[in-house]
Amino acid sequence: MSADRHPLFKPLIFVGGLIFGFGLAFSQMARPEVVLQFLQFTDFGLLFVMFGAAVVSGIAFAVMPRISDRAPLTGDAYERRLKPFDRNVLVGGAVFGVGWGLSGICPGAAYASLGVGNVTILWALAGMFVGAYLQGRWRSQADDANPDRTAASTD
Amino acid sequence: MLSDPVALQLAAELFPNGISRYVVGGLLVGLGVVVIYAGTGIAAGASTFLESTLSYVSGQSRFQRYVGSRDWRLVFTAGIVLGATVFAATVQSGVITTGLYEAGTSGELYEFAGITFWWTEVQPWRLFVGGLLVGIGTRIGKGCTSGHGVCGVGSASKTSIVGVVTFLAVAIGTAQIVMALGVTP
Repeated sequence: MSADRHPLFKPLIFVGGLIFGFGLAFSQMARPEVVLQFLQFTDFGLLFVMFGAAVVSGIAFAVMPRISDRAPLTGDAYERRLKPFDRNVLVGGAVFGVGWGLSGICPGAAYASLGVGNVTILWALAGMFVGAYLQGRWRSQADDANPDRTAASTD
Repeated sequence: MLSDPVALQLAAELFPNGISRYVVGGLLVGLGVVVIYAGTGIAAGASTFLESTLSYVSGQSRFQRYVGSRDWRLVFTAGIVLGATVFAATVQSGVITTGLYEAGTSGELYEFAGITFWWTEVQPWRLFVGGLLVGIGTRIGKGCTSGHGVCGVGSASKTSIVGVVTFLAVAIGTAQIVMALGVTP
């Protein structure tokens, strides 16, 4: 992550985001109602979105490292940066699950929802920022009080 | 293709809106991830944006660790928002028509500046309280539906698969309870 990135770095990120957001809107995952229909077992289409996207990206994750050593715009290696497993994955996943089940909205879909004109989703976005702030404050203070833990708990 | 009447009826019950909008949308979401990964080597998730953006206004150490990525994450999120607006201005507005898109009946459509927009009927308190828990949970749990669900599952990460099973199971249980309590929409 250096300051002298390729001039096309941000334009490419933007284009990727455009496609990503268009896809979320096309699949109607940007509509909380449609996500809730999946969670309430009346329309199972969400499975095709999540696993369809996972298969497409999985192919790229597997193929790109064989084609090239380094990504053209960053010079970074194509590598799997796997997140370490610990209790937080279960605790955080469960808290996220309650929130997702109550609201029918997750972060990427919330950004796309704003884009399709769903002004009401600002309630969810406000909630997400408040939630992210609260956990960051708690955990920053815990880290500051116990610096040894900081080194072990990389994200 | 399906021709057995029982299979057809089952498909209609499981997928009352068909599957094409989900398949096409999912492939595009994957394509967006691939474009970014191919160019940069980054497997982008959506929820880190919440903390990286907070680093502009808060000096807490948990947010400051994302200073190096906060600018491109802002660009990524702006792309997601605008990509969805492009969808509203084209397919949702009827400028582009395709048999692959099933419009459905959820929520409410409205016209503004010549574009057909959409908004939800889900109550604000559900969105806010749910969003609050999503903000806490995705950051403690190291990822959301895109970071764990798409990128993590795509790279066969055991951590992400456990994360996805956890949040899917809890979300299904929560939504079923909320429905049983008669909360609607």
